[in-house]
Amino acid sequence: MIAYATRRVLSALPIVFIALTVCFIILRLAPGGPFDGERALPPAVLKNLEAYYNLDKPLWEQYFIYVGGVLRGDFGPSMVNTDFSVSQLMGIGLPFTLMLGFTAFIVATTVGIITGMVTAVYQNRWPDYLLVFLVMIGLVVPNFLMANIVQLVFGVHLRWLPVGGYTPGSFIHLVLPVIILSLPQAARISRLMRGSMIEVLGTNFVRTARSKGLGTRLVLARHAIKPAMMPVVSYLGPGLSYLLTGSLVVEQIFALPGIGKYFITAALSRDYGLVLGTTILYMVIILVLNLVVDVIYAWLYPKVRYR
Amino acid sequence: MKITNLLKAVAMAGAVSLLMGTAASAVTLNLGNGGEPSTLDPHKASGNWENRIIGDFIEGLVTEAASGEAIPAQAESWTVSDDGTVYTFKLRPGIAWSDGTAITADTYVYSLRRLFNPATAAEYAYLQFPIKNSAKIASGEITDFEQLGVRAVDPSTLEITLEASTPYFLQALTHYTAWPVPQHLIDTVGDAWTAVGNVVSSGPYKIVEWVPGSYIRSVKNEDYYDAANVQIDEVIYHNTEDLTAALNRYRAGELDILTDFPADQYQWLQDNLPGQAQVEPFLGIYYYVMNQQSNEALKDVRVREALSISILRDVIGPEILGTGELPAYGWVPPGTANYEGETYLPAWSELPYEERVAKAVSLMAEAGYSAANPLTLQLRYNTNDNHQRIAVAIAAMWEPLGVKVELFNAEVAVHYDALAAGDFAVGRAGWLLDYSDASNTLDLLKSGIPQDGGINWGNNYGRYSNAEFDALLAQAAVELDLGKRAEQLHQAEAIAMDEFAAIPIYWYVSKNVISPKITGFEANASDVHRTRWLTKSE
Repeated sequence: MIAYATRRVLSALPIVFIALTVCFIILRLAPGGPFDGERALPPAVLKNLEAYYNLDKPLWEQYFIYVGGVLRGDFGPSMVNTDFSVSQLMGIGLPFTLMLGFTAFIVATTVGIITGMVTAVYQNRWPDYLLVFLVMIGLVVPNFLMANIVQLVFGVHLRWLPVGGYTPGSFIHLVLPVIILSLPQAARISRLMRGSMIEVLGTNFVRTARSKGLGTRLVLARHAIKPAMMPVVSYLGPGLSYLLTGSLVVEQIFALPGIGKYFITAALSRDYGLVLGTTILYMVIILVLNLVVDVIYAWLYPKVRYR
Repeated sequence: MKITNLLKAVAMAGAVSLLMGTAASAVTLNLGNGGEPSTLDPHKASGNWENRIIGDFIEGLVTEAASGEAIPAQAESWTVSDDGTVYTFKLRPGIAWSDGTAITADTYVYSLRRLFNPATAAEYAYLQFPIKNSAKIASGEITDFEQLGVRAVDPSTLEITLEASTPYFLQALTHYTAWPVPQHLIDTVGDAWTAVGNVVSSGPYKIVEWVPGSYIRSVKNEDYYDAANVQIDEVIYHNTEDLTAALNRYRAGELDILTDFPADQYQWLQDNLPGQAQVEPFLGIYYYVMNQQSNEALKDVRVREALSISILRDVIGPEILGTGELPAYGWVPPGTANYEGETYLPAWSELPYEERVAKAVSLMAEAGYSAANPLTLQLRYNTNDNHQRIAVAIAAMWEPLGVKVELFNAEVAVHYDALAAGDFAVGRAGWLLDYSDASNTLDLLKSGIPQDGGINWGNNYGRYSNAEFDALLAQAAVELDLGKRAEQLHQAEAIAMDEFAAIPIYWYVSKNVISPKITGFEANASDVHRTRWLTKSE
């Protein structure tokens, strides 16, 4: 297993490198630059700025300067958030985004699996209808609208929770963001779990277990859960990476100090350094997550052998 | 049952900690500040949300009163030479950075040299180009910084020499590009001088915390010369990029002031929180540029006139935007300083709309366009709901003239890249005045200047060019008599507008929401409200 993991990591390195190169080229091909804004800059000033960020050098030279920096762990300056380097911005934002993402992940997985199981066991009875209805709401209502609703209900009217903002170390400021972030994922996991559980409950080995006289709880716990989890586990990798990259809207609405929003804002403002930095970061996260999922898969389903 | 109890306990704990927080820190102003500040370096900043933060911790020679007027700040007085080109500032005695380092005339000499130093790459350095030799230093033409028109006569006397008399120079000095920066820090830590822990202050507040993406926090600077009159002890500048969420936070009492609000909530605000939403005239113009260099049809003044007079501006503010922006027919916003005289109002603006359309149709017919032989124009705007709604409405107003509009939207960087490159027919643009002076908007229509084998059109995207207009601006730039200068600028405005150099659409408004707890917030055309003038009651 260790040899397999090492091989996977090594084979991922060229992927990171190729993606970095492609991303670098695409960024430069895109029209507009970091200094195009509402006002045209005097050419002398523009020249100064370009010299400051090495943008006046030939593209290949910029590329080697950049790659050289990355190899030393330096992602260069941010051209928009100029008081911070890209490494600093990621250093501040990443722990927060990871914390928010993992919390939402745990909530979404727990809620999704439980509701999925309940709806499967009570298939076509009222708990099923009710929960499936709620799941559909979680899936179809866009998160900015849902965020507005929960802000109005829990923050403005009931005054139970802060509407937005963040204080370092504060748990209470994370409640609404976690709800909004986890809701669509919980809904997706719930649907997967329901479908797969219904299928498993109809298989021969479950019928055998029941015929032995086992109660529903024991059948579920001992026999059904593990195989029913398979599709859910395959989804967890992409699901988690979605939670980590998809926090853009939530971070913006609740004014949270994460890096999810840079993924979009940096691209729009042509902050070359920040776009490349976040891209590399997310690529690494996604590669690691896929590896972890594969390992868990092997544990759940011993038929899968990695050679 | 258990879950509700848990939720209640959590909410209680939160409420208690919030209460304790406010009790410990006296008066805190929670300001909904808009975007994430790019920088706290006044030489590199570019947005009004940065200005609100930086202006609380750094003060220049002059500052804005609650009414927006320039008043003495770090300079307690000044004299101006008879020809208007030499300003001599007397610095306030005993001023210092918050770490105790004295602020002297040399601090200002250093700061202004740094502003124009090409190595600083200061985007807005050009706002201080009235200072002698500054433009040449910024372009690298002069490398000897001694030649900059800024001199320390003695530690408390600063002399600034201008290229020519500039009546708005004091206004320009309120801009953050003219503010001092701490040389002793920059020499030791470089660009990291703005980092929390390093940063020092010369103004009423000190920066103590920065959580990127969330907020910046300042506390009162007890060493500030007017600290006795500063009422608010702590300011938190919250990021409020999502306007709907910001309004929710305001309604829950988490924010005391919003510096913007969703226009579609204006009616709701008026009905439910009467008197709290304040919409005021703001020095800025929303306009369309017409490409008069590469678009054959738009070179024809008849076509430009038809396009302009057929726009029913009165519906845009109240109906499309919902916040009552006033229609613009001229080029200089009402309320701009140094601009006495009658506001430019063309005769056609008084005509009934049907007559204007009829006139526009006949003008287009003269130019050879009609419904049968339509003129196709690309209308570019940067991606934004309001820009889109306005563009769609205007396209509909142009349809009866035989104009087929192709709408094209792009993100901001791409949009302005295209405008600067002249790759458009009609394009949306906007301008907020850097300082209150008519030349600041009229310069947008000045002919390009030859540079490096090409022509640099600057912000004149439409490439409008009129020698008489240019000559009047040049005369006004050296005119000492303010009345005469205003007259010349009025003439220039009339020339450009009579030739339909561009299409003014509406004057911007500022949109603030102010809690009844806040006093001292005076509406002003620059929309600058320094925290030191505000008070907050519980």
